[in-house]
Amino acid sequence: MKTDIKLAGVGGQGILTIATVIGQAATAAGLQLKQAEVHGMSQRGGAVESDLRLSDEAIYSDQIGLGTADLIVSMEPMEALRYLPYLGPKGTVVTSSAPFVNIPDYPAAEVLQADLQALPSVALLDIEGVARAQGAPKSANMVLLGMTARHLAILPPEALREAIRTIFARKGEKVVEDNLKAFDAGYEGV
Amino acid sequence: MKRLLLGDEALALGAIHAGLSGVYAYPGTPSTEITEFIQSDPISRERGLHSRWCTNEKTAMEAALGMSFAGKRALVCMKHVGMNVCADAFINSAITGVKGGLVVVAADDPSMHSSQNEQDSRFYGEFAMVPVLEPSTQQECYDMMAYAFDLSEELRLPVLMRLVTRLAHSRAAVAVGDCRDENPLEPDQERTRWVLLPGNAKRQYASLVAKAPEVLRRAEQSAFSSLTLGPKKGLGVVAAGIGYNYVCECHPEGVSILKVSQYPLPQEQILALAAQSSEILVVEDGQPFIETRIKSLLGADYPVTGRLTGRLPRTGELNPDHLAAAFGKAQAAPFPPALHLAARPPQLCQGCGHRDVYAVLNEVLADFPSARVFGDIGCYTLGALPPFRAIDTCVDMGASITMAKGAADAGVFPAVAVIGDSTFTHSGMTSLLDAVNDGSPITVIISDNLTTAMTGGQDSAGTHKFEAICLALGVEREHLHVVVPLPANRAEIGRIIREELAYKGVSVIIPQRECMQTLARKQRKKQAAK
Ligand SMILES: Cc1ncc(C[n+]2csc(CCOP(=O)(O)OP(=O)(O)O)c2C)c(N)n1
Repeated sequence: MKTDIKLAGVGGQGILTIATVIGQAATAAGLQLKQAEVHGMSQRGGAVESDLRLSDEAIYSDQIGLGTADLIVSMEPMEALRYLPYLGPKGTVVTSSAPFVNIPDYPAAEVLQADLQALPSVALLDIEGVARAQGAPKSANMVLLGMTARHLAILPPEALREAIRTIFARKGEKVVEDNLKAFDAGYEGV
Repeated sequence: MKRLLLGDEALALGAIHAGLSGVYAYPGTPSTEITEFIQSDPISRERGLHSRWCTNEKTAMEAALGMSFAGKRALVCMKHVGMNVCADAFINSAITGVKGGLVVVAADDPSMHSSQNEQDSRFYGEFAMVPVLEPSTQQECYDMMAYAFDLSEELRLPVLMRLVTRLAHSRAAVAVGDCRDENPLEPDQERTRWVLLPGNAKRQYASLVAKAPEVLRRAEQSAFSSLTLGPKKGLGVVAAGIGYNYVCECHPEGVSILKVSQYPLPQEQILALAAQSSEILVVEDGQPFIETRIKSLLGADYPVTGRLTGRLPRTGELNPDHLAAAFGKAQAAPFPPALHLAARPPQLCQGCGHRDVYAVLNEVLADFPSARVFGDIGCYTLGALPPFRAIDTCVDMGASITMAKGAADAGVFPAVAVIGDSTFTHSGMTSLLDAVNDGSPITVIISDNLTTAMTGGQDSAGTHKFEAICLALGVEREHLHVVVPLPANRAEIGRIIREELAYKGVSVIIPQRECMQTLARKQRKKQAAK
């Protein structure tokens, strides 16, 4: 079994933390993994992406090919749409519905919603809103990870919860709890 | 044991485990994480390995050569364009040869994700006549380090390791081994080979040339390269570095594949592949280095395809889609590009001092339509984009001051240079000295955010020393100003710029305020400590 995930967002939104948690869970589960990150120039409020590939067999390319991704996971709706040509025929888009507007020519929010809703398989949630409602405003990325867990057959949700515990352990119990709460809320889709 | 590591980190750990005594580097994407890993690694701390940042790639290369002279193993890391800066030391280190193992890592950036060109460092290796290694996986990044240091000591030559962004910045599980001891302190006794007076240099160069057959033999026997012949005569593929991964990803049936991981090009294997194939496709991430050399090796009649023939794109990094197309396996993507998309380029952070600098500069220069602003490389290069559109040039580190000087010599007025603090110490100080000695009418703005921000906030070599440096280089006290770039101070800074534009000599203005990113990081650390 093989799962290719295109992670997207805006520099500073925390997509690499999502990659780190999935990476930890995958490694603990004995899966092969490749994760190509983006560093440098693109981090200053620009579009960022990361290719995450999981498999129980050897993985060759660090990059995902066009039309082959199982998932596009995005912290931002327009950034999700940017990578659409990478999505495979049965692929799913999991994304925040709340626009992050830091450019003058950002498209109208309703137009983006319509483009996303037109896709055969899409999960949309206002992840910042959900994180705030859970009292964990800094954990929007873990809400998104929770949503993703619904579509990640290669890793059970408990493996991801365990990875959250491991990754955030050094930041203290409160941070672990907040992130788990956010993850569960995303998983339940509330 | 297995560890999840970036290509850069695997390389760094491989070097530590190979008995490294010091890393010498100047930051540069995608190479920065090599040195950062060594700075924070427990073995490295326990052993007290040298890992402090250098002022530029040339000082790094020379210090590493000094450590090698002393018998110890040294590593030099940089982004590809750093090779231009250290080229003098690098080329000549092949002439002197080395004592302790010396490995130079150049991280190339095909597609220019964060660079101004996509030059291919393999040319430098060939030019210097040294062995070049090119890993294709994170595991090879780790494994090749011990091999590279041994090879360097056996051949008494520096070894160049070339990798590309997609490997440097991609993570995978890496099986790691034990840690070798450092070399003892044993300075080289052979004095003549280190003193490159013409008489010695001629001898040394002849000895370098005499090593060439052995350097080639080592590449032909490299355990990292491999030749897999297909069942019958057909397409042959030469795949280098991560190009090999993209070929495997496509599972081409029945083709013969030569994986190249060490240079000079293994001639024996290429001839064997050519004999078994009716045509050869060359897959290399970077410039068509192998393609041109294979063409000349096999002759004009042998069909060779690759980046020069258009079977693969001439520029930019390769990806699995290019290979699928080259093998005739491309499939249409089920989803077309989205209809409503806007580009989202990187921007200067909110609250960044560079913003205040450009805001004032634009305001003042609005009154001087003939003004030209010579920029440089760093976060402040983003001042070229909207909303500021404040700079006219960005070429190479340090070029702002010297280009402003040359343009002023030609009659451009006003000529303004904008340079960052780290870039100034990297390559701007000599430029400023030229300008001072010529009394050039230029206004230099050293926008000092107390860090090397663009590459993630590394220590900057000149922090708290800029006034002293400028004065020592001969800038006059009354034409040297330190200001704090904040919205409240804009009127005052604008007044100073106007005055200095009118001065017919070198003026330096240093807007000084800490980078928002490093400030926030310090505050987070403080909070965590509480
Ligand atoms: C020869 C060379 N080495 C390294 C780099 C990578 N690089 C680009 S900008 C930069 C840092 C610039 O720092 P500074 O001048 O202080 O400006 P800041 O980013 O902090 O605004 C570095 C290291 C490069 N482009 N060229």
